[in-house]
Amino acid sequence: MPDSEITQSIIAGIDVGGTFTDLLLVADDGVKVVKTPTTVENQAYGVLAALAETGVPLSDIDAIVHGTTTTTNAVLERKLSRTGMITTKGFRDVIEVGRRTRPQPYGMFGRFEPIVTRDLRLEVPERMDAAGRVVLNLDEDAVREAASRLLELGCESVVVHFLHAYANPDHERRAVEILRDVWPNDYITAGHELLSEYREYERGVTAAVNAAVRPILHRYVDRLQSELTREGFRRDFLVMNGNGGMVSARLVDREAAKTVMSGPASGVMAAAHAAKRAGIDNLITYDMGGTSTDVALVMDAVPAVSNELDVEYAMPIHVPMVDVRTIGSGGGSIAAVSDAGLLKVGPESAGASPGPICYGRGGTEPTITDANLLLGRLNPENLLSTENAPSLDAIRNTFGKKIGAPLGIDTDAAAGAVLRVANDRMAGAIRIVSISKGHDPRDFTLFAFGGAGPLHAVALARELGIPRVLVPTRPGITNALGCVVADVRHDFVRTVNRPLDLVDMEEVQEIMSAQVTEGTTLIESETIAIEDIRVFHGADMQFVGQTHLISVPLPRLDTTREEIQQIFEKAYFDRFQVELPEIRANLVNLKTSVIGERPDFDLGRVMDTRLRADSVENARVGTRQVWFDGDWFETAIYTRDKLPSGGRFEGPAIVEQMDTTIVIEPENRVTVDDDGNLSIEIGAPS
Amino acid sequence: MSDIDPITLSVIQAGLQQVCDEMDLTFSRSAFSPVIAEADDRSDGIYDAETGELIAQGELGLPVFVGTMQFSTMTLIDFIKQGKALPPEEGDVYIVNDPYLGGTHLMDVRFAMPFYYRGELFSWLSNTGHWPDIGGAVPGGFSANATAVEQEGLRLPPVKLVKRGEMDPEIYAIICSNIRIADQRIGDIRAQIAALKVGARQLTALLDRYGADTVKSAIGEWRGRAAQQMRAKIERIPDGVYRGEAWVDSDGVVDEPLRIAVSIEKKGGDLYFDFSESSPPCRGPMNSVIATTRSSVYLAMKHIFPDVPINAGTFEPLHIEDPVGTFLYAEYPRPVSGCAAEVSQRIAEAVFAALVDPLPDIVTAAPAGSSGNFALGGFDPEKNRPFVMYQISGGGYGGNADHDGLTNGCSTIGISKTQPIEVLEQYYPVLFHEYGLREGSGGAGKQRGGFGVDYTVELRRGEAQASFVMDHGRVGPQGALGGKDGGRNTVTVYRNGEAYTPTHLSKDQDIPIAPGDIVAVGTPGGGGYGNPYDREATLVLRDVKRGYYTPEQAKEMFGVVLTADLDAVDETATTALRGR
Repeated sequence: MPDSEITQSIIAGIDVGGTFTDLLLVADDGVKVVKTPTTVENQAYGVLAALAETGVPLSDIDAIVHGTTTTTNAVLERKLSRTGMITTKGFRDVIEVGRRTRPQPYGMFGRFEPIVTRDLRLEVPERMDAAGRVVLNLDEDAVREAASRLLELGCESVVVHFLHAYANPDHERRAVEILRDVWPNDYITAGHELLSEYREYERGVTAAVNAAVRPILHRYVDRLQSELTREGFRRDFLVMNGNGGMVSARLVDREAAKTVMSGPASGVMAAAHAAKRAGIDNLITYDMGGTSTDVALVMDAVPAVSNELDVEYAMPIHVPMVDVRTIGSGGGSIAAVSDAGLLKVGPESAGASPGPICYGRGGTEPTITDANLLLGRLNPENLLSTENAPSLDAIRNTFGKKIGAPLGIDTDAAAGAVLRVANDRMAGAIRIVSISKGHDPRDFTLFAFGGAGPLHAVALARELGIPRVLVPTRPGITNALGCVVADVRHDFVRTVNRPLDLVDMEEVQEIMSAQVTEGTTLIESETIAIEDIRVFHGADMQFVGQTHLISVPLPRLDTTREEIQQIFEKAYFDRFQVELPEIRANLVNLKTSVIGERPDFDLGRVMDTRLRADSVENARVGTRQVWFDGDWFETAIYTRDKLPSGGRFEGPAIVEQMDTTIVIEPENRVTVDDDGNLSIEIGAPS
Repeated sequence: MSDIDPITLSVIQAGLQQVCDEMDLTFSRSAFSPVIAEADDRSDGIYDAETGELIAQGELGLPVFVGTMQFSTMTLIDFIKQGKALPPEEGDVYIVNDPYLGGTHLMDVRFAMPFYYRGELFSWLSNTGHWPDIGGAVPGGFSANATAVEQEGLRLPPVKLVKRGEMDPEIYAIICSNIRIADQRIGDIRAQIAALKVGARQLTALLDRYGADTVKSAIGEWRGRAAQQMRAKIERIPDGVYRGEAWVDSDGVVDEPLRIAVSIEKKGGDLYFDFSESSPPCRGPMNSVIATTRSSVYLAMKHIFPDVPINAGTFEPLHIEDPVGTFLYAEYPRPVSGCAAEVSQRIAEAVFAALVDPLPDIVTAAPAGSSGNFALGGFDPEKNRPFVMYQISGGGYGGNADHDGLTNGCSTIGISKTQPIEVLEQYYPVLFHEYGLREGSGGAGKQRGGFGVDYTVELRRGEAQASFVMDHGRVGPQGALGGKDGGRNTVTVYRNGEAYTPTHLSKDQDIPIAPGDIVAVGTPGGGGYGNPYDREATLVLRDVKRGYYTPEQAKEMFGVVLTADLDAVDETATTALRGR
């Protein structure tokens, strides 16, 4: 493209969520925010509608970055493309028998459907051993026969998955070559391409998922691209990946599995960016919506990435993804008293339909949102203004009857208890991403977003000893913002699996240099503006004889053997309080992340400064009674858009804005920073 | 009702749970033995300072340890009172693996640490880990033909391995001199201690936050509520007596089946378990110590009512008469290595069989219920070192009111994953020819059982001996409510091309294996649930298309006739066959 050197001046970030499609358009002369309903059957309509609503001609837009749940939904709802699998003889059932598990520790129930059903998995004679030596040559005719049989059976996509292909991919490559001659399209996936690591089940499922969503993603992207082109857009749009990076629409379907968890990743990217601008490097991100809560860790302004995540029971997708932990707590989580007389909140959820009682859509069970309403945290005038909405008294009655009476407490206390138990559960999830990985929550800032996150963030921070909460300007469009600010990112993993003292350090450097070169080349082939390329190296390590891994950063390409040993021993001690001088260290994987950093984006622009009042006093729109920790407080209510930059005030307070409500407890101190973030300092833990 | 408010109670309970979960995670993640690190064959918990009763236990602990550790902690406290063990001091860790002192088998080594808060003994933190070797006749400890516990390995009474924070080098040396592959044991011992230390740190933080008195009263209150919740569940069962049985193939020495017979009387909110009609003590290692027998009942009930929390109160309504004079009440010196892995699962199967009638919605037909232990030990000339490969296997789960049984589920007592073939072939001189779903093994039923696995593995070089401790070789896992039994376990060893089947079907040891010899194992399928003739014919067709069953099996097992091209159900023939 002739103008690819020019810094993009108009960028649109578009995130498709379950209910709304959010768009954030950034131009030199201002920003536009659009929220349109998501078009479930084809997300492209919602995307086009959102773009149209900006009023900016597509020909003027320089980059479109898109976060889509097309593949997520396909996997979770099992609406997959018909896919065939060709495997090593004797091993077609690898992805069905799995590794001998059940979904839960207790209870002998459980079901599992493999991504590719058994009738579409065919075997061919071939075999490598663990050292990558050929035990049995590939039967090429058998591959051809298998291909025609799968085509007869109506398969659109195909995956080749051979044992030990991570050690020697020759047979998989040859099988792919043969398939290229006979397969009518490009939907051919080889197991070793996405994940060149041992473990046949995990690699096989990852490859099968990729194959099964490829055609779906390709069609979606292709159609959207041609629509965009027809409307005048002059480039390839970009798609968010689960690792928090983005990739050109032209290339994305080849590694479609990488987009399966892209939704939460863009939110974490936005959080990292916003916090970095605010001078904060270490964050716990906390995104609470209607049915679930996502929590992730950001260290040194880079989100933690894992390649060991399971999307659901027995569904490992082992490609690098932002390490987001999801728990089933959301505004719609249902509160109930158990047989033992204990209050439980979630994981059962009223979801968006029927939703909480206060939505007036037929919900009858008390939820977290209803509790927030009863306690004055949510504004009844906004929430109950819909047609069919129940009265506040009716909701109070339900809480009294279903929660208060069995527990022997009054209605206010019952609603307070629901929040306390819900917060406790979410705090547990945050402890797991922080403490159990050796981090102390007191060294972090809690970054709260999603529609419900800012309602609970301060209480969670207090519970966990986190000293500060940061609430971005537009918590409800954080994912779209993530699309605008995300970097271009490529992650590489290579298995070495040798004791550290026997590793050839030159080879280590060669592997990592090659990964850097490959990543840099890929980034340079994209058309989006990059300001700088940053490279991170890391290693997965263990003591010889262990099976679990611990990931450590390597500071340089030429990190010495002795340094690696020290880094590993320290990390191990920090995590387990154990030293093992008797046992050698093992270097399992070498990992490299190549990140093309995008130009800094001034977040202050997301806020409409024209609405700002000249003082905090003038941003105050009234007071109401709000319940904090056992008592009612007359509490100031502020309008977010009116709060002036640099403004300071103290809790108790409620800040209301279109996409969320922020609860500030007594004794909290709030500052509005230059980007419009609310920085909330928490008092000492009670 | 105590004066503690229900919300604080919930929060403290979650806090205690998290202490235990964190101990479990630390133990697994830092362990060396794959049995602990990958298979999670370990458990951690908090126990009462005075009585040793269970306060909280990690959700990720191996289910069979659900009750045993409290018996072990109780025995330790008793020993201390009697002067048979030294009194506790801050920083001590006791070690014990004696099966008759509240244990399972010798390989399950228990550590117990007195936990002090502000100078006072507040509780015990204990954990159990399955060590890959404990000495004795065979590597790994599962000697299929031992006749006394001495042949099974090193037996430790409760002694202090760590004294005031320092490991006792003499006791450590004794242990290392008596077990195989001792050089990595230090790693597991440190991991096991680290888990206790992490637990102590977390528990201290919880007590700092809420105060020792509040936590104590929460524990007392919580115990009462767990009992109340268990009783509320039990009350769903109509009053009456329910009987179930299950069969262990043999004890490995005498080739006769062992019978487990349970009669469960339900009165009010309590259940009374009587195993007295079971077989007498056996010569081989299939005896069960009482702690394991009790624990097996507890875990079966927890499988049936998974949302009841685990603490001493949970077990209060479950009354288990000591089955003195049966093989489920093993006394010194009866060999016991098979009790945790196999007998415990048959006990659970008998309990399921008894309770599926009154609780048809929440109890399944019998699951495969075997750990499927296969050990191959030998010498690898290419790497110039001895090796022992442990392969565990899953099997089909029972069909149930809601769906077909799961294929290749983990054992009833475990949550352990198998090792990938690619990992086994990297470490050991073997080549697998097949690892797949065991066709035809799912027991017929309206909801059929899940499938077991078939695997065949060849020794590539050197020499080796194969040993097996499995079960369900004689009869398959039971069907329920008209469902048929699942497929039986099979073991075949092809030596020099000739097939050899162990006399005891599922148990044998030290079978010599030469390069090129092949071991073939088929694991049990789950029992079927409900009359197979009530199964939707289209589902049977689907199963045939997937190769789960042959067309002949569809006809014989399910009464479904398919058209000649196997593409549709022959409705007329099927109706005629089923309607007979």
